[in-house]
Amino acid sequence: MEFFLISLLNGISYGLLLFMLSSGLTLIFSMMGVLNFAHASFYMLGAYFAYAVSNVVGFWPALIVAPLLVGLLGAAFERYSLRRVHKFGHVPELLVTFGLSYLILELVQLVWGRSTVPYGLPEQLQGPLFTIYGTQFPRSRSFIMLVAVLMLISVWLLLTRTRVGLVIQAALKHPEMVEALGHNVPRVFMLVFGGGAALAGLAGVIGGNTYVTEPAMAASVGSIIFVVVVVGGMGSLGGAFLASLLIGVIQTFAVAMDQSAATGLQALGITVTEQTFGYELLKLTISQVAPILPYLFLVLILIFRPRGLLGTRED
Amino acid sequence: MKFALKLTVAALVAATGTGAFAQKGETVKIAWLDPLSGLMAAVGTNQLKTFQFFAEKFNIKNAAGVKFEVIGIDNKLSPQETTAALRSAMDQGARYVVQGNGSGPALAIIDALEKHNARNPGKEVLYLNYAAVDPDLTNSKCSYWQYRFDADTSMKMEALTTYMKEQQEIKKVYLINQNYSHGQQVSKFAKENLKTKRPDVQIVGDDLHPLAQVRDFAPYIAKIKQSGADTVITGNWGSDLALLIKAGNDAGLNVKWFTYYAVTTGTPTAMGAASDGKVYQVAYGHYNMGGEMQKYADEFKKRFNDDMYTLDIYTVYQALSEAFAKAKTTEPVKVAATLEGMKFKSFNGDVELRKADHQLQQGLYITRWEKASAKYPYSPENTGYTLAPVKFYDAYVASTPTSCQMKRPS
Repeated sequence: MEFFLISLLNGISYGLLLFMLSSGLTLIFSMMGVLNFAHASFYMLGAYFAYAVSNVVGFWPALIVAPLLVGLLGAAFERYSLRRVHKFGHVPELLVTFGLSYLILELVQLVWGRSTVPYGLPEQLQGPLFTIYGTQFPRSRSFIMLVAVLMLISVWLLLTRTRVGLVIQAALKHPEMVEALGHNVPRVFMLVFGGGAALAGLAGVIGGNTYVTEPAMAASVGSIIFVVVVVGGMGSLGGAFLASLLIGVIQTFAVAMDQSAATGLQALGITVTEQTFGYELLKLTISQVAPILPYLFLVLILIFRPRGLLGTRED
Repeated sequence: MKFALKLTVAALVAATGTGAFAQKGETVKIAWLDPLSGLMAAVGTNQLKTFQFFAEKFNIKNAAGVKFEVIGIDNKLSPQETTAALRSAMDQGARYVVQGNGSGPALAIIDALEKHNARNPGKEVLYLNYAAVDPDLTNSKCSYWQYRFDADTSMKMEALTTYMKEQQEIKKVYLINQNYSHGQQVSKFAKENLKTKRPDVQIVGDDLHPLAQVRDFAPYIAKIKQSGADTVITGNWGSDLALLIKAGNDAGLNVKWFTYYAVTTGTPTAMGAASDGKVYQVAYGHYNMGGEMQKYADEFKKRFNDDMYTLDIYTVYQALSEAFAKAKTTEPVKVAATLEGMKFKSFNGDVELRKADHQLQQGLYITRWEKASAKYPYSPENTGYTLAPVKFYDAYVASTPTSCQMKRPS
């Protein structure tokens, strides 16, 4: 029970961090049709900016300033680069974000070096928040959960309860119509892209000091957030939420499972020895394959439910 | 005829005469191939600095009167990149290669050198392994062109379990290691050694996780906690150890950690006050060696604001300069032959480069993380704590047999 609860909490906090990352990605994708390869780079920038800013004015101002900076950069990128490329179609768009991800990576390495930076937790977030069954649950993780939930609520309120949100939703489905009604759709796109980047930056600010801030951090989450978006359903914020939690929890629990195909066969009464054909494969435990489980999940979803868990589009 | 004979003799005398000091003033290029990027960059950077630091020290004074020059190349911790880096190093004229992080890259170097040296007589390159500790490297995969200066996993585990034998409070042991040759070997030798030395001890877990990729060890900690282990043995190093111990302390996990690499960058900070008295390390040296080494360590800290922890780099330079002086040349073929069975005194006592497998035989220290004291004052990463020696095992205690069948060049 203790193990179950702690792992569940760990899984949920990781899942919520994934959600913060993928919510921006799924918004951008559903709205602009741009598969933003540089999204995880904004996450990394958030962490590095927060590191730099918190050295000067402390963590709490950095929590606000760093995502704003990342958001501004994202908006500027949309305005001056993506918009120009937009008219050439989706492939150039994809390539330009791909290029941006490399550019950001190299820049970060030039400025902050190739190794980890000492971006630590502020005093208020150090130490445990509560103890269950003798295991402490760190404040930093609880903080991730809090911020993610607050963010989910505010994004949802923004999209459904405000005028801008309604325009965004409309532009999501019928951009030409919205433009014909006199709304500045390119500006809406810029806002969405900047907003999505800011959300990723926010995830970076709190993910960077809970985990590690280093140049490979973008690559480490880059592929997994695409899994989240595909599994959740393209353009579905709710789907992204569900998929993030699911992947977070699955990955956390998989680590604890020492069963392998070999033990499964043995349970069925089949003897498996080192001489058995394919023993190398059979002996792999679930905990060892934990890192690839999300991708397996991705493939299965694409085969059996291509529109994703909560997706509405078939295309 | 008589004149010709005289000339030959004169020539011979001249040749041997200058030959005696032939290596003097020569520049010896040492190629360093280890990670300068990725999660393990901090460890690599520290070791490169140590190599450059000692090159400077040995350039002031060494037995052979040679100059050392270090060429650092980033191998990204990957065997493929290592092969490319090795080629680039050889193109730059390096005849000596050093590497230590990861047994995968180590094996790649050995493979490449076996081929290169067989095909290019007169241009041989020698590999000095300062930290890759997979026992296979001096057993089934041993090579004449490799000398290893770190104690291998089997030796360290021998010393560690000899110490654990006395600790009666150890009842349940959990093994967690990186999923590559080194980690697998640690797990294997821990199980074998504990079975013979402490048959009553129960192994309650045996985990392998990906190398240098895990950022969140909380799920593993939950698993260790659930297993009821009182002791964890891990061969993890660099960020894999720092993050593991950090996650353990975050969750309030109360176990003893028996480690190989608690000194590596980031780990002292992760341990801090929370790990007081709980983390042990087995190694050929420690922070408070005293004597000349202490002066070097203090100077290193002052200059780089970083801790020097790969002390066998000193031994590498020492072995090389003594071999150069003895062989009267820096030619790797002759130096390799001279190094075989060479005995010398290093910072940690008498050592010997065993002829059978080229494994340095040296004493090992068990140290424990505790408050820095007047006796053991060195405080890594300004934590106020240190690794204080609790036990020293002589070289013969930690020595393990080898199955190496060395192929020597004819």
